[in-house]
Amino acid sequence: MFKLIKQLTSFVAMVAVLFVFTTETMAAKKSKTLKNTQKKGFVRCGVSQGLPGFSNADAAGNWTGVDVDVCRAVAAAVLGDANKVKFTPLSAKERFTALTSGEIDILSRNTTWTLSRDADIGLTFVGVNFYDGQGFMVRKSSGITSTSQFKDGISACTNLGTTTELNMRDFFNSKGISYTPVTFEKADEVVAAYDAGRCDTYTTDKSGLAAQRIKLSSPDDHIVLPETISKEPLGPVVRQGDAVWEDIVRWSLNTMIEAEEYGITSSNADSMKTSDNPAIKRLVGAEGEMGAAFGLDNEWNLRIIKQVGNYGESYKRNIADTGILPDRGPNELWTKGGILYVPPSR
Amino acid sequence: MNNKFKRLIPQFLTLLLVVLIFGFFTLNAQVNMDNRGIDFGFGFLKQEASFDIQFSLVEYDGLDPYWWAYVAALLNTLLVAVLGIIFCTIIGVIVGVARLSSNYLIRNTAAWYVEFFRNIPLLLQIFFWYYAALRALPLPQDAEPLLGVSYLTIKGFYIPAMIWENLNIFLYSIVLAIIGIIIVRTYARKLQENEGKQLPVFYISLGLIVILPLLSFLVGGVSLDFEIPVIKQLSITSFTYEGGVGLPPELIALTLALSLYTATFIAECVRAGIQGVGKGQKEAAASIGLNPNQILKLVVMPQALRIIIPPTTNQYLNLTKNSSLAAAIAYPDLVLVFAGTALMQTGKAIEIVSITMLTYLSLSLAIAALMNWYNKKIEIKEK
Repeated sequence: MFKLIKQLTSFVAMVAVLFVFTTETMAAKKSKTLKNTQKKGFVRCGVSQGLPGFSNADAAGNWTGVDVDVCRAVAAAVLGDANKVKFTPLSAKERFTALTSGEIDILSRNTTWTLSRDADIGLTFVGVNFYDGQGFMVRKSSGITSTSQFKDGISACTNLGTTTELNMRDFFNSKGISYTPVTFEKADEVVAAYDAGRCDTYTTDKSGLAAQRIKLSSPDDHIVLPETISKEPLGPVVRQGDAVWEDIVRWSLNTMIEAEEYGITSSNADSMKTSDNPAIKRLVGAEGEMGAAFGLDNEWNLRIIKQVGNYGESYKRNIADTGILPDRGPNELWTKGGILYVPPSR
Repeated sequence: MNNKFKRLIPQFLTLLLVVLIFGFFTLNAQVNMDNRGIDFGFGFLKQEASFDIQFSLVEYDGLDPYWWAYVAALLNTLLVAVLGIIFCTIIGVIVGVARLSSNYLIRNTAAWYVEFFRNIPLLLQIFFWYYAALRALPLPQDAEPLLGVSYLTIKGFYIPAMIWENLNIFLYSIVLAIIGIIIVRTYARKLQENEGKQLPVFYISLGLIVILPLLSFLVGGVSLDFEIPVIKQLSITSFTYEGGVGLPPELIALTLALSLYTATFIAECVRAGIQGVGKGQKEAAASIGLNPNQILKLVVMPQALRIIIPPTTNQYLNLTKNSSLAAAIAYPDLVLVFAGTALMQTGKAIEIVSITMLTYLSLSLAIAALMNWYNKKIEIKEK
């Protein structure tokens, strides 16, 4: 009898071990990127070369911004520590090659989601972390207050290799205005040239204009015109062909947005474990098996919220409090008049 | 037979290795691209480019296909390379000769120039000319006219445009003048060889190249008008110029930086060439009664050129390849437009980078072939 119990327990233990082992390795087997990331001990993340509010490094080399926070969230979920990220600054021109060639595993660099990028070049967009649109900045002294005052012969500075270059052409052509495009590879070079008077207007995503304006020699002398000439949904991108990794990044971002919806913050996340609302409990790992499908433990989402915070906290910390765009506009939750709306975690 | 076979084995193995390595890279690229769902192909070249280029020598519009954007960008690269080669040769020859001057001030100024410009990285020099020097230029509305008709501003150098009538007749007259010069020169050489008489070839040539085009204006119905740039207000504080030709400041900065940098190396080639001709040669030439002009033209230069041309070819190649640094300052060259914007919009990295590399390779080989031909022409012909 005793022997039987012993045999039975060892059998159960074996099955349990085997089960745990197989679920662990099955997900890991499915995702080469996840396996490599766990082996290396850090998430390889491609960011901009310095765009305040989105991805910007301070003098000590610490990266901050809403784009940076997406990578930190993935690191918290996958490795348990939001600081285990290796950031690679990339120009607009380099970014996709860096991702497809395997130099980085997440591209979180204010990148516009378009059909051709998603379908053509081996990339997959996982979501939107900032709804933006292209605008124009001009000198206040020019007296221009609307794009309808633009005249033939205007010169426009912008970044190379962006949707901006294409939108700009569409815009000026539709208005029948002849213009001179001046395109630079680095954002800092665009700012320097516009500041020097090389161009009459500086055009890029409005969030970018707001962030770069701070870098000008006297920011108050410049205004961003009210017109928005394009849709620019910005979001993180992964390589095509690793569905599990794609899901991990997508749901790390979704977790941050949904956490804000349910009022879960970095400071109250632990106490939410005892909440009555099952939706909240699922978001902090107290109910369901929300991590198993990714090959992660059950508290992956709790760690994201605790270490990085929800989307609202990230926005406030990086974009609102820095004075870049205090008004959230479309980037407010759908429940508060914005268009941030993510599928439920269940 | 046996020996020959033995010698062939290593050759064959090397070939096999090269083929295997290339095969591996091709296969590797193919497998990885397949895994990521990337297609390989050059079909994109026929698609609409849908972006604009700041400045081009040919008519280009965003509705044109990518291959036409490639042509426009290539011409911009060629433009800056040709301008750079012309200016660096002129500056290089002057400075090279100046370094051998007997005047202390001239000699040392030239030496300082060479040491200063060749020892600072080219990219820094390009940044300097673009961001520091051109920044000091006035805004369009503050610019003083140069010679009454040109304006050098931060937005570009605006010069009058030439408007020709019957341009073809004018060009024919120049061709005619060149043919005339060739005939005169051949005749003069024969005359000297047969009768020892000398013709004033230079003055006759000068006369031909001036008088014939002049005649085309007077009787050939050729006329030339200039369209002078006129200031135009864009808003309360921003202005630009209309009419005329606007040279972008990027082109000016790049040409300046490339020619000033490369000229230092050419100056050294020229100095080496002139110093490489033995003193005895000049003395011997003088002793048979040649005048100083003839000594330089007939004795020193032919020998100096043999030393100058091969290293100068290298410098021309360097300049052409260095022109790709244009991308740093928004000059729309091949790298910025084709390997930059076009690559980004299509995502065809492997295709576009290969085309760009092949283009630079062909450009360099073409320049080298031209210079080698010239070198062959001037080298010692043993009779």
